Amino acid sequence: MNPETPVIETTGLTRYFGNKKAVDGVTMSVPRGSVFAFLGRNGSGKTTTIRLILGLIEPTRGSSRIFGQDSQSLAPEIRARVGYMSETHSLYEWMTVRECGAYQSRFYPRWNEKIFQSIAGHFHLDPRTKAGHLSRGERAGLSLAMTLAPEPELLILDDPALGLDPVARRSLLESMIYVTRGGSRTIFFSSHMLEDVERVADYIAILDRSVLRACCSVETFRSSVRQFVLRYSGTSEPAAHLPILRGLLHVRRARQELRLTIASPDSATLEKLQTLGAASLEEAPISFNEAITGYLGDRGEQGFFLEDTAELESTRGMV
Amino acid sequence: MPITISILPGSNVSIYRQIIDQVCAAAFAGRIHDDEPLPSVRALAEDLLINPNTVSRAYSELAREGILESRPGKGMFISKRRQIYSKPERKRRIEQSVTSLVTEGLMLGFTPEEIVEQVTLKTKELGGSR
Repeated sequence: MNPETPVIETTGLTRYFGNKKAVDGVTMSVPRGSVFAFLGRNGSGKTTTIRLILGLIEPTRGSSRIFGQDSQSLAPEIRARVGYMSETHSLYEWMTVRECGAYQSRFYPRWNEKIFQSIAGHFHLDPRTKAGHLSRGERAGLSLAMTLAPEPELLILDDPALGLDPVARRSLLESMIYVTRGGSRTIFFSSHMLEDVERVADYIAILDRSVLRACCSVETFRSSVRQFVLRYSGTSEPAAHLPILRGLLHVRRARQELRLTIASPDSATLEKLQTLGAASLEEAPISFNEAITGYLGDRGEQGFFLEDTAELESTRGMV
Repeated sequence: MPITISILPGSNVSIYRQIIDQVCAAAFAGRIHDDEPLPSVRALAEDLLINPNTVSRAYSELAREGILESRPGKGMFISKRRQIYSKPERKRRIEQSVTSLVTEGLMLGFTPEEIVEQVTLKTKELGGSR
């Protein structure tokens, strides 16, 4: 396979359940060797997208590929290169930790017992405990050990941090960073833990109400989503209705203050800000968390899309 | 003394930028010796619990800026020769920055005196320990 071929690629991927659109025209690509975070609120269509990518369900329209091969007809050799951890951590409850590993290993010629043991050790799992008696965090640890031991080139984790305590979350992060050793493995994961995402992700994609709203590097995202504070003095107050501002994500109002979060504001938008009658206008730095939350709030305008462009790439070195 | 880098996710500054800022600050304050290697990309990534690609990009940027230099087989070091640009190039670069700074300041409604005052304050704050 050409190393430039994206590990995952979707084109107009769409899925209906009845007459409800669960995934709407998602086009994205995941570069090899990246840690790619898939973000969005509950019910936005992340799990459905992951299941479509894995070929577990059929798309209504559009297509997706893993290692260049269509998800609907993945050869066993391709499947063997993909590790998938579902959010439910389905395990055989009556097997012990050791038995789960031994059972799983039969399906994978490239099973690495050392990795299984080391991840299980990381989560302090007793090999003799039955899967049915493990805590939520321990179940995640066992699933992760079973998913990582075959040394998959592509790791797809559906909300791996769900329900984990801080110690287990740390173990998860350590395991993810461990996987990136060597540089050729790709991790595609969904999460709500934005601090963890900020730590480990190179790229993010944001799904909002089944539509893809951003797909770019974390640095591009951070330099594109900006916040402006308009302060009003004396008797002047912000207008009740703002003019249309392209890329406006979020508005926070106080009596004499407007805080606007805007995606990739162009010069026309910046000029418009000057005409809102504020006594002062300044840009406020914004955290990753705030920027993402701005994207996922209810007021956001859906008419634009954030991606890595040549222009943004070239400014990246200069910030 | 080896440099200590620490990061804080959730802040207004990206992790990439936090690493660059800390190495720069330590370099200019003379807190790192030029015969002492920085932590390796993998060691720092595992220590800070962050993506190794981020560390690697930050180190590359610092090398491009001439703050760090890579010594083959030994790792990354504080550059002995920090002035990598020619005199006209340095002049061009600072002019570019000043133009954008002053334009921004005027656009935001500051007077020339206020802009100069800001620059003086910042220069004292950042350059004081040199």
